[in-house]
Amino acid sequence: MSKQIKLKKGFDIRLVGKAEKKIGDFQPVKTFAIKPTDFIGMRRPKVIVREGDTVKAGSPILFDKKLEKVQYVAPVSGEIVEIKRGEKRKLLEIKILADSEINFENFERFTEADIAAASREKLVDHMTATGVWPQIIQRPYGVVADPEDEPKNIFISCFDTHPLAPDYDFLLKGQANYFQAGINVLKKLTKGSVFLGLSGESKSSEMASIQGVETNYFSGPHPAGNVGVQIHHIAPINKGETVWTLNPYGVVQIGKLFTNGHYDASKLIALTGSEIKTPVYAQTYIGSCVDSYVAGNTNSDNVRVVSGNVLTGEKIKRDGYLGFYDHQLTTIPEGDYYEFLGWMKPTTEKLSYHKALGLLSFLHPKKEYALDSNVRGEERAFVQTGVFESVTPMDIYPVYLLKAIMAEDFDEMEELGIYEVIEEDLALCEFVDVSKHPVQEIVRKGIELIQFS
Amino acid sequence: MKFLRDLLDKQKPLFQKGGKLENLYYLYEAGETFLFSPKHTTAPRGAQVKDAIDLKRMMITVVIAMVPCLLFGIYNTGHMHYLAVGEAASFGDKFILGLTLVLPIVIVAYAAGGLVEATFAVVRKHPINEGFLVTGMLIPLVVPATTPLWQVALATIFAVVIAKEVFGGTGMNILNVAMTARAFLYFAYPAQISGDQVWTYLGDKTPVDGFSGATALSVAYQSGQEGVDAASNLASHNSAIMDNMFGFANMFFGFIPGSIGETSTLMVLLGAAILLFTGVASWKIMLSAFGGAYIMAAIMQLLAVNEFMAMPAHYHLVMGGIAFGIVFMATDPVSAAQTESGKWVYGLLIGVLTIIIRVTNPAYPEGIMLAVLFMNVFAPLIDHYVVKANKKRRLQRATV
Repeated sequence: MSKQIKLKKGFDIRLVGKAEKKIGDFQPVKTFAIKPTDFIGMRRPKVIVREGDTVKAGSPILFDKKLEKVQYVAPVSGEIVEIKRGEKRKLLEIKILADSEINFENFERFTEADIAAASREKLVDHMTATGVWPQIIQRPYGVVADPEDEPKNIFISCFDTHPLAPDYDFLLKGQANYFQAGINVLKKLTKGSVFLGLSGESKSSEMASIQGVETNYFSGPHPAGNVGVQIHHIAPINKGETVWTLNPYGVVQIGKLFTNGHYDASKLIALTGSEIKTPVYAQTYIGSCVDSYVAGNTNSDNVRVVSGNVLTGEKIKRDGYLGFYDHQLTTIPEGDYYEFLGWMKPTTEKLSYHKALGLLSFLHPKKEYALDSNVRGEERAFVQTGVFESVTPMDIYPVYLLKAIMAEDFDEMEELGIYEVIEEDLALCEFVDVSKHPVQEIVRKGIELIQFS
Repeated sequence: MKFLRDLLDKQKPLFQKGGKLENLYYLYEAGETFLFSPKHTTAPRGAQVKDAIDLKRMMITVVIAMVPCLLFGIYNTGHMHYLAVGEAASFGDKFILGLTLVLPIVIVAYAAGGLVEATFAVVRKHPINEGFLVTGMLIPLVVPATTPLWQVALATIFAVVIAKEVFGGTGMNILNVAMTARAFLYFAYPAQISGDQVWTYLGDKTPVDGFSGATALSVAYQSGQEGVDAASNLASHNSAIMDNMFGFANMFFGFIPGSIGETSTLMVLLGAAILLFTGVASWKIMLSAFGGAYIMAAIMQLLAVNEFMAMPAHYHLVMGGIAFGIVFMATDPVSAAQTESGKWVYGLLIGVLTIIIRVTNPAYPEGIMLAVLFMNVFAPLIDHYVVKANKKRRLQRATV
């Protein structure tokens, strides 16, 4: 029984630089890195390789002492060239110089019948040992799932509505059989259902023919594609419950692992944003250095390179590494400039959700903007009301929740729905906020307070 | 602009940590950010781009929305004076006289309030908040043009300190600041803000024979006391200086005595259009407050035991300060209800209470001031129940 869910609340941030649907020709990427900081909730990362070691794609290189079973593996084969640490010896990056030809660790292969016959325990053990497990994110908290848990349901959103997000139909083209194999595995991990969230706008998706799942269609502006929003409308998370979520890429990766016996970290990424000369897709692996894509390919030097999208992404260096979960690179101009009377000047060049004096972007609802990283104002106390609610298609009062977190009021946080959100679900609030609060940072603080209380 | 920027950059070290004037950093910052939007960039994690709006822009939108009321108020102050003293005068004369009366009040309100803001910002080490841009303009618009300047200053200081700063500044206040200033004047110096003598500036001239300085509301109230039809009593009032002064149309246009900015419903609606179009104020509050007032007035009319109650309900919407209060003060996002369903209740009750106070309470001819302040106090309670319903939905889901 598939449902059609139309969401009205939200806002699409239309930016210049959508990736053209073709795969570009770039210099092969030489180094790849796994960044423990990409795994929110990893508390005690422990490296198990040393500089100079050689690894194959799928060799374990890292684990979290708090979740020892789950192995984090090398995305490519090659030599560990650097284990980079920051202040107080915090582990930052494990860099691998890739071989020109990737060698894979060989893992057990499963036919469809093998998967059906295997015990849940065997599947979990196989997944945790081979590096695909970190693709499973648990809610609440938005951290790597604990293999000891059994989730109520598993949710997969097959489209992304973030600004300039890659087209998942393009990313997953021709991978439906792997996706199906992945679903077959996931189905055995939960007594509940596996839910697919598809875009209500494009119904041609290959994913529509996947068997053994409950498919629902979502339409409307961002954040309709956020899995958290979809969960909220299908089977909301209550206190004490755990559900798992995956990006479709993770499902394919699991499918490849079980079908081919390899940890395949190859992925397509979208190169986007106003500052990139050639906005196209690129074929690479997890943790790719972005140097090959950015060097000589930007319109100016004062560019911010973002791993991910402009709402939830992270600023990286021009020779930095793409985040583990990211399928997108965004380039925007840095906004480190003063603007004379910038707070009252009428403008059609800056995007705004609001229509206050001189904000004229509402006149061009289809226009694409080249936004920069300027904050456009200063942080203030909450003043305007009703705006966060209007971009959050959930039965949640974001301002009350944020205030409860700021006051560290645990009961209030629970009652107001902290279990149902992670950063990305309230990221739009951070964009539209008149008072410029670091909304996502506050949400994470609240989650950590609840998680470790 | 480069020259200004260089000047600011040159002075900056003086105010930064270790500089001679570091205590005054937030004064410098206020000036700097007024001239130039800062060059801060977004944090490495999280939203990398931000909406073009900020609090300064939002507040200046409200100030702009008040400009029609201010300009009309200036003109009407002069207009009323020349009518009362029976002299013919040009548009320019009226406007200039109004300007000489109103402008000092605006300046004093901004100066006194600004001083308090700046003092608190320096002592408490927080940035100067833009909320005062609005408060400083609202206060002059809700007092009569004859208010002594020292009272304006005192009321402003009282309101900014007691209604806002003690709670932590803009965004933290419970009561609408400008309404608090007016309430302070009303209770501390009633002689200068109520009665029949304060609304029209006479100067040292004597008014024409038969002139009355009463406001429409007090005339309507008198009709109730004397048992004469309110609408016709209003229409014939003050015929010595103007025909049909308190007719519905003239009250709507606003050529009547009253506080500086409140008299013209038309100008208020113009401001409301700006606020609603820009989305800065809540249409729910405005609609429900006007609706509540009209419904309550209609109920009064049905139950009429005196002539004031029997007055046509739509008269209530153009008399006194109800329109101004609803559009500019009830909608203050900080002191109003903050949940969307709460806003309906909050607005509705403001409208209802205003009419109840007007019609049934002989001590207060106008009800909007107390209705807004009263509902400011109750807004958190309304929100509490709305949020509680949300929590309950969540809890019920958990047990199924």
